[in-house]
Amino acid sequence: MSIQVKNINKRFSTFQALDDISLDFPTGKLVALLGPSGCGKTTLLRIIAGLETADSGQILLEGVDTSNLHVRERQIGFMFQHYALFQHMTVFENVAFGLRVKPKNERPAEVAIHQRVTELLELVQLGSLAKRYPSQLSGGQRQRIALARALAVNPRVLLLDEPFGALDAKVRKELRRWLRQLHDELHITSIFVTHDQEEALEVADEIVLMNKGKVEQIGSPLEVFRHPATPFAFNFLGTANRFEGKWVSDGVQVSNELLPLPPTQSAHANLVVGGEVIAFARPHDLQIETNVEASQGVRAKISRILAFGPTARVELSHATQAETYYEVDVPTLIVASLNLQEGQAVRLRPSQLQVFSAG
Amino acid sequence: MAQAVGKRVLPGFGLSVGYTLVYLSLIVLIPLSAVFISAASMQWNEFWQVVSSPQVVSSYRVSFLTSLLAALINSLFGLLIAWSLVRYNFFGKRLVDALIDLPFALPTAVAGITLSALYAKNGWIGSLFAPFGIKIAFTPLGILIALIFIGLPFVVRTIQPVLQELSLEFEEAAATLGATRWQAFSRVVLPALLPAMLTGFALAFARAVGEYGSVIFIAGNVPMVSEITPLLIITRLEQFDVAGATAIATVMLVVSFSLLLIINGLQHWAGSRKRYLTGGDFA
Repeated sequence: MSIQVKNINKRFSTFQALDDISLDFPTGKLVALLGPSGCGKTTLLRIIAGLETADSGQILLEGVDTSNLHVRERQIGFMFQHYALFQHMTVFENVAFGLRVKPKNERPAEVAIHQRVTELLELVQLGSLAKRYPSQLSGGQRQRIALARALAVNPRVLLLDEPFGALDAKVRKELRRWLRQLHDELHITSIFVTHDQEEALEVADEIVLMNKGKVEQIGSPLEVFRHPATPFAFNFLGTANRFEGKWVSDGVQVSNELLPLPPTQSAHANLVVGGEVIAFARPHDLQIETNVEASQGVRAKISRILAFGPTARVELSHATQAETYYEVDVPTLIVASLNLQEGQAVRLRPSQLQVFSAG
Repeated sequence: MAQAVGKRVLPGFGLSVGYTLVYLSLIVLIPLSAVFISAASMQWNEFWQVVSSPQVVSSYRVSFLTSLLAALINSLFGLLIAWSLVRYNFFGKRLVDALIDLPFALPTAVAGITLSALYAKNGWIGSLFAPFGIKIAFTPLGILIALIFIGLPFVVRTIQPVLQELSLEFEEAAATLGATRWQAFSRVVLPALLPAMLTGFALAFARAVGEYGSVIFIAGNVPMVSEITPLLIITRLEQFDVAGATAIATVMLVVSFSLLLIINGLQHWAGSRKRYLTGGDFA
C-alpha cells in the first residue's frame, strides 16, 4: 500500500522538528529514513503511525486521508526501538495480542489464533520459544518477536523505528540480511528509521535522507551514495575529505595550491569561476603523489599509515594547516611500492571530486 | 549450598544475614513472642472465653472488614492519584504530591479529632449527609473514613515509582496492535502495576488493622457496632487484665500474619513473571 506524506509540519515548542515535508512511499518497497539524531525522522515515522499528530499537513494511506483515523484503526505494524514487548506475557501471548484484542465479531477462534501465531513464529524462526518470556530472550530474538507481533494483525504498512539500534554489531549485521530477505518474501510496504548510513545503504530499496526537519535527498542507495546532492549528503553518507577554496576553470584553488578536477569529470554547470566552493573526495578517491615538486595537488604530510588488510588507510594533515586532516585509502601494495613513510611530505590529487558552491 | 558459601562473589553474606536475623529478632520477634508467652499463662478454656466473647468477635469483624475495605478503596483511588501525578502535568502538581504524605506526618490523634469534627452530624461534611439520615461519625462508616485517610500514602507511594518506570511505549504498542484504551490499560498496564498495587494494599491493610489513634475519636466505640479490636485491648490493659489483652492481641496477630502471608503469596505470583528479569536475562 502506498503512503503519501503531504506538507507535514511539526513543532515542539521552539524546535521545528519537521518543516513542510512531502514524500511518496511506493507500494511494496523498503524505504530508509536516514539522518542524524534530531533530524525529525522518528517524529515523521510516529506521525505516519498516528502516535503523534502533525501541526499541519496530511498523511494519505492508499490515497485516503488518515487525519481522523486513530492509531488502532490505521492497521499499521509498528516496531519500537526497544521492542516494547509485554513483559508479563509469553512470546506466544505477545504475538497473539493483536488478534485477541479484536472486537468480538472479528476475533478469530482460538484454534485460528493458535495456528496464526505458530505460523508467524515459524516465519521468524523462533517456533521453539513460544513459552518463554521476553526477558529470557536475547536482543536479536526479541527483535524478531516484536516483528512477528507487528505482522500478526496483517498490517498494511510496516514501520520500524531504529530496528537494529539496540543490538550489538555482529547480531545487527545478521539481522539486516534477515530483514531484507523477509521483506523480499512479504513485499509489505515498509519504512525504517536509522542513523546508520551503512545500514540504510545495505538494506533499503530507497533512501530518504533527512537533516534538520527537511528532506536532503531521495534516491536509490547507489544514487545517493554516488551522487550526493548536497554537502550534507556527501558528509553523512561516508568518510569525506573536505576542501574549501575558489572555483577556477580546471579545479579548486585551495589557498595557493590547485586541486585539479579529474580529466574524466566535467564541471558542474552552476559553478562560477572565482566563486567560493566546497569540494569533497572519498578516501578511495584521493591519490598520493610522492613528487612534492609537482605543480598540482594539495600538499600534505603523512601522519599515520594503517596497513592491516589489503587496503591501507593513510592519515595525513595539511602541510601548513596542521588542523586539517585527510584520509586516503590505497591498496597496501601501493604503500609498499611508493615506499610511503610516516612524516613524509606528499601531494594529494583526486580521481573523483564532488564540488558544491558554498552558501 | 554450604560449600558454595566460601566461593561467593558477593562478600559479607554471613555478616549481613546474621545481622539481619539478630536485628529482626530483637526488634520484631522477641516482643511478638512475648505476646504469645503472656497469653500462654492462661488456661485454654479461659483463653477461648476471652477471645470468643461476642463483644470481641464483633470487634474482629469491625476491625478486619473496615481495614480490608479501606485498603481496597485506597488501592483503587491510590492508583488513580498515582496515575494523575505521573502521567499528567497540571498546575500545583508538586503541592498535591506533597499533600499525599500528610497522613504519614500528622499525629493520628489530630487526624482523628479533625475527622470526627468534620463528619459529625453538625460538622461541615457530616451536616451534608445528615438530612439523608446518613450518619458517618461514630459509626463503622467513620472508622472506614479514618482508615482510608491513614492508608492512602502507602498505595500512592508504592505505585508511583513503578508507573514512572513504565514506558509509554507499551501502551503505544498495544494501540498499534488495535487495542482500545481500556484493553491497553487492563491487559498491559494493570498487570505491570499489579505487584506494586498488592504491596500498597498489604501495607495499607496492615496499617489499618493496627490503627488506634485516629479511629477511636471517630468510631464512637459503641459495643458490638463500632468497637475496633485495638480498643478492646487497651480497655483490658486499663483494667490491668494483661493476660486478656494479650489473648486478644494473639488472635489479631495470627489473623493479620496469615492475611499478609496470603497477600505476599499473591504478590509473588503476580511478580513471578517479571522475576525472570533478574534470573534469566542473557540478552
